[in-house]
Amino acid sequence: MPHFPKPEAGSWTAQYPELGTGPVSYEDSISPSHYEAERDAIFRKTWLNVGRIEQLPRVGSYFTRELAAARTSVVVVKDRDGEVRAFHNICRHRGNQLVWNDFPTEEVSGTCRQFTCKYHGWRYDLDGSLSFVQQESEFFDLDKADYGLAAVQAEVWEGFIFVNLDPTNTTSARQYLGRLGTGLEGYPFGEMTQVHKYRADVGANWKLFIDAFAEFYHAPILHAKQSVDGESRKLVGYGFEALSYDIDGPHGMVSSWGGMSPPKDESMVKPIERKLRSGLFGPWDRPIEIDELPPGLNPARHPAWGIDSFVLFPNFMILVWAPNWYLTYHYWPTSYNTHVFEGTLYFVPPKNASERLAQELAAVTFKEYALQDGNTLEATQRMLESRAVTEFPLNDQEILLRHLHRTARDHVAKHQSDHPAETAVAISAVS
Amino acid sequence: MAVLPEQFVDLEPYAAWCLPTEAERYAKRLASSMDELQAFYDAAFERLDEMTAHLDALSYESLPGDASRLLWLCYSLVNVSFPVEVWRQPRVPDSGAAAVDVVVEPAI
Repeated sequence: MPHFPKPEAGSWTAQYPELGTGPVSYEDSISPSHYEAERDAIFRKTWLNVGRIEQLPRVGSYFTRELAAARTSVVVVKDRDGEVRAFHNICRHRGNQLVWNDFPTEEVSGTCRQFTCKYHGWRYDLDGSLSFVQQESEFFDLDKADYGLAAVQAEVWEGFIFVNLDPTNTTSARQYLGRLGTGLEGYPFGEMTQVHKYRADVGANWKLFIDAFAEFYHAPILHAKQSVDGESRKLVGYGFEALSYDIDGPHGMVSSWGGMSPPKDESMVKPIERKLRSGLFGPWDRPIEIDELPPGLNPARHPAWGIDSFVLFPNFMILVWAPNWYLTYHYWPTSYNTHVFEGTLYFVPPKNASERLAQELAAVTFKEYALQDGNTLEATQRMLESRAVTEFPLNDQEILLRHLHRTARDHVAKHQSDHPAETAVAISAVS
Repeated sequence: MAVLPEQFVDLEPYAAWCLPTEAERYAKRLASSMDELQAFYDAAFERLDEMTAHLDALSYESLPGDASRLLWLCYSLVNVSFPVEVWRQPRVPDSGAAAVDVVVEPAI
């Protein structure tokens, strides 16, 4: 029996006829040639979130991002005017990676007055202009104005820094994020600057891990042991139903109930949670009051609201929790069946040790859940690659998975029809 | 020399859990037996209210050394609460080769 109403169409999925309701193939998650196509069609085409403005506190603050899927490294910097700029991380002289320490593939951050290439000492100002050439008179008709760093489109939205590697792109990041992005504007992300960040190498296609976090159908089963016994049985009996789903363009969101922060009955939760007043859903005591949530959060305005998860295509998720904190996920592909996962928790800075301990419990709980999720994913990838079974049913609570895979396939199909010759080369290179 | 504030002298046998990073706390958890985790959990959990009361009376921004170590011990208690209260083993069940590493955490 449903606990929450479904839309008039009869199901969430039926609202979007283009998604269909039939079984789906995961060939897009096990095919090396499909992944090669995704690199150009998705990761070199769409806006990618690479960080937060808090990572660039002052003029000259910078960080690098290794975007293996997009076959490049970028350096992101706050220039002398306070603007956030991004550049391909390559020296214009002979192509050396410009900013790195010890290992070229490891991301770095810091503060500098200018960027100096390790190889021949060429120097670039924070706005990317070439300011110094070693033995300049040895070159032939070299005009430094022609050799600034190769710029990448960069835009800050609600404190999130996005880059777009497609020089022909004419859509702003804000436009790209569409209605779901606009609906989040005004949330006090900037007050939540206490960061716990985790990283994992995952042996699964990047979309499969998004799948795991874009549905809660699995939660009462996979994570059953994380609840006290009686509560766990009750959760399996209820199953999972979302408050609502929404889809706009390539992006989707799920709004969920969550009565555990604080729980109705403290005997429902573990002893450490009762003691520290915290758990998976975050600290029970809200650090700040938010008079009115932005319209995109808890769109059903349900009193039992607990969390909204936004799947922002391609590889960025924002999870906003009712007790006023948020979490981001990033999935950075490194091959068709591997990716780097990042999970970052953002809290209002604690005022005392009790608040800090409540946050620590939420962060440790996140890691315990992620360890369960991550290993399940490797088991899924392994068996999908057997191709012993090739079609899989998805239920109405898995609508965002249907949408994600369809969106990714559509991007590849469009790119291949726009660039037929390039596609032929890419496919012959991997076959 | 005492590692912890003097009213927590009974927890000195567990001073090895005063570890400043999550990576060290998690590694010690995986390297411990369930008997060791249970003993630490029982001793520290019983004093948790007193520990937080002691710490909350101090300025969180400028905790003295012994109080910082006490806070780290509390973080270790949080970490071992999972094997003791939930898993009945040091490692998350079915987590096999999976690893999730902290790359950014608060300074204190």
